Amino acid sequence: MLLQITTPVPKDIPLALPLPEWLGVSLLIISFLLHIVFIHLMVGGSILTFWAQIRGLKDGRFDVLAHEIAKTITVNKSLAVVLGVAPLLSINTLYTVYFYSANALTGFVWIMIIPLVTIAFLLTYLHKYSWNSMKRTKRIHISIIGAATLIFLFIPTIFLTNVNLMMFPEKWGLVKGYLSALALPNVFPRYLEFLAGCISITGVFLVAYNSRKNYPFDEIYQGEFSREEVKRIGYYFAVLGFAAQILFGLLVVFTLPPKGITFELIGLMLSAGFSLMAALWWSYQSLRIVTLRGDTHLKKIIISVVVFLVFYGGSRQLYRHNALHKHQQLMAEHTASFNELSKKAREEAKLNQVKKQDESANNPFAAGEAVFQQNCSACHQLDQKIVGPPIKEMVSIYSGNEAALKQWIKAPGKKRPDYPQMPGFAQLSDQELQDLSQYILSFK
Amino acid sequence: MDFPMFHLDWLNDRFLIAIIAILHVFINHGLAVGFIPYIVWLERKGVKMASSNQITDTQWDDIVYRKMKIAFIITTSIGAMTGVGIWFSAALISPTSIGSLIRVFYWAWFIEWLVFVTEVVLILIYFLTWKSSNKSLKSKLRHINFGWFLAIFSWITMAIIVAILGFMMDPGNWNTDQNLLNGFTNPIYLPQLLFRTPVAMLVAGIFGMLLTSIMVSRKHQHRESLLRHAGQWVLTMIPFAVLGAIYYWKVMPAAMKANMSTAVGTIEFAQYYDLLRYFIIGACSTALVVGILAVVKASKIKTVYVFVACLGVFGFLGIFERVREFIRKPYIIGGYMYSNLLRVEDYPLYQRDGILKYATYSAIETITEENKLIAGKEVFMNTCSRCHTTQGVNGITQVFERMYGINKPFEANAMKVYIQNMHSARTYMPPFPGNEEELDALVAYIKNLQITGETLEGVQGSGIAISPHNNAKKVAESRMPSNSTQAPSLSQK
Repeated sequence: MLLQITTPVPKDIPLALPLPEWLGVSLLIISFLLHIVFIHLMVGGSILTFWAQIRGLKDGRFDVLAHEIAKTITVNKSLAVVLGVAPLLSINTLYTVYFYSANALTGFVWIMIIPLVTIAFLLTYLHKYSWNSMKRTKRIHISIIGAATLIFLFIPTIFLTNVNLMMFPEKWGLVKGYLSALALPNVFPRYLEFLAGCISITGVFLVAYNSRKNYPFDEIYQGEFSREEVKRIGYYFAVLGFAAQILFGLLVVFTLPPKGITFELIGLMLSAGFSLMAALWWSYQSLRIVTLRGDTHLKKIIISVVVFLVFYGGSRQLYRHNALHKHQQLMAEHTASFNELSKKAREEAKLNQVKKQDESANNPFAAGEAVFQQNCSACHQLDQKIVGPPIKEMVSIYSGNEAALKQWIKAPGKKRPDYPQMPGFAQLSDQELQDLSQYILSFK
Repeated sequence: MDFPMFHLDWLNDRFLIAIIAILHVFINHGLAVGFIPYIVWLERKGVKMASSNQITDTQWDDIVYRKMKIAFIITTSIGAMTGVGIWFSAALISPTSIGSLIRVFYWAWFIEWLVFVTEVVLILIYFLTWKSSNKSLKSKLRHINFGWFLAIFSWITMAIIVAILGFMMDPGNWNTDQNLLNGFTNPIYLPQLLFRTPVAMLVAGIFGMLLTSIMVSRKHQHRESLLRHAGQWVLTMIPFAVLGAIYYWKVMPAAMKANMSTAVGTIEFAQYYDLLRYFIIGACSTALVVGILAVVKASKIKTVYVFVACLGVFGFLGIFERVREFIRKPYIIGGYMYSNLLRVEDYPLYQRDGILKYATYSAIETITEENKLIAGKEVFMNTCSRCHTTQGVNGITQVFERMYGINKPFEANAMKVYIQNMHSARTYMPPFPGNEEELDALVAYIKNLQITGETLEGVQGSGIAISPHNNAKKVAESRMPSNSTQAPSLSQK
């Protein structure tokens, strides 16, 4: 209640949703999950490449590993971007007012996403395609992927700030730009959880990538690394990432503003947590036995991750729904009452217009006046200079010389150096021109 | 009115969209839609030129591959991000219009997205399997077929987008049936497509020639042949590009007439329209000269010549986009929403009660002598700022000084009369939506801008004010008239 007076209630776009809400929400969740998986692989891949390449300075095997991961970043990033369009489209449609308002409030940094990500993409290409030519300048080469990684680490804070801010209209009045929106509770915990997810999912990806039968592993690593060793690295990051994800996930739960929390939400979040624990357990088991038995757990880990993602996407949506539900109702009412007002005003204006027309029926210069209002009144008035000279001045020049006035209106010359050039009105018909001139010259 | 107003007070909001969009169009047309068929054509030439014991001429193939690599890198970074950037910038600057369009076009854009995902996957496969496909003739030929397939897909993405663009500009349709099919049947659809397709090919050919002249050394055995091929490609496309451009040029006035009630004749449009003619002649003849030179005497081709031709065709494409945007005015959605983002149907209400009462982020309760300038600022932000800045590009002070004389103090009465009637003479301007007091406040604000040189900060820096008329308390009160006496006391606790 205290917040009511500082909670803006805008009006919604007065057009129906193009699809049933449940379908829109489903498409939003599914397409978002597809997008976020590739974002995880892009960010996680960059971090792992950076790490492996630094280790590669001393241990050449890791340099080969870094190169192999680097090759996947540019593919994953292309898919991440193109897959991001559908969730963007869907959230724009379902939450138009909320999403766009958050975008505007953080506008400068929001639009910086475009050049920054472009630069990061170009850096990843430069890094990938200069692997051999920069062999002698490894440190500079590493700093290229380092710079790209820094950008990749920064961008998610902008997105998280926006999807967080959109849920709290009562806070919009307090926000002055990106930094103050970033400081709202729950952005950082969600960010840390996201980063942990990047590590875990890229870890699992590394295992799967190196498990493929048609992947020419021995040709690439020349026997310096065994498949098992590389897979162990993957599992190692998976364990690290999953553990951190669980930890930060708890932090997210505890810092969540209470307005959207319900028992269902807690249920979904706990289920997500349990899926992560299962993934963590099997990853840990695999880390211990990978050299002996191969990937008996990989499938189970992937399934747990998919299950986790569904709960994760579902809980995000449920929280958003809960948080905005009441506000959406207020907005719908506000929109409806505004539309009603607007409709009445429209009808009233129509009546006035009819009255006006009736009045002008008796005026012999009505036709000319209409042409004047439509074409001339922006620049000419009765006895005052607006842009061009007043009517009184025209009368003093053209009184008794209607033909010259008509000629001037059609194709004006330039008489006064301190006035802008008047455009010609060749499109007026002879009748219109006649009416207009008579109207003008009627002011004697 | 319902969205916090992002505003760039020097660059101009529209200009931000324009920069991103034009860059995207250059890359999309010149490096994807037109470039892919050009590359596949050259790849095929390589196979044809090879001696019988070779799959392809490896040196030729390598150069073509490197050209594709540049196009690949640019399209999947700058091209992809500027595409997203159009969404981002349009949402920041025109949230009401893009929010309305999205409700009507959701499925069209969704299908466009599916085609687009396919296109990206195809381009990844086409580029990344290039080298490995050189192992056998069969796989090389399959790779080439794959390339043609990709070319068709990138053309389809363009064909759909042009329909969406066309629909947005087609007046009338929005208010009657709001159906995307009208985008395909609208009178500018075919001219646009017939213009864009050959121009994309033309831009691609010139860009390809530029890459060859930069990348391939003068001693290389294939340099002249590659330039000659590019020349042939360019010469083939020029007649179609000219025909397409003339066709498009001819239908433009009709499209404009439908939006601007007083017909062709506004000075600004006439200027653009004339300029367009020179661009058609200028750009195509430069391309023609360079094309002929490349075919007749490829050894004489210098990077500078090709660069000039490249700028010419870019300008050609750019000016057409500018005019297309211009003929939308005074609407952003034909007949439905003005370029100030206000719906035509709400005008009577705004003109009766004023707009500030209905602006979610205006702090003004009623306009008084004291808050007049602040009110004027808010009127400016809500009704002018989408197209005008205060002192920067298309600045409001500059617009009035052009009319009344540089540094001459503005006259309030003249400005008031002008603003009330401007839409009649300047048909690209929407009518002023506010009431008398707001007009008064706006004029006072603009006069103040001229004297003080003050600028205007968007919400991205200054934050927002919450309207005393449009907050949760007010809306809740109007919902429960019987409880309205209780609500204030609760909020004061």
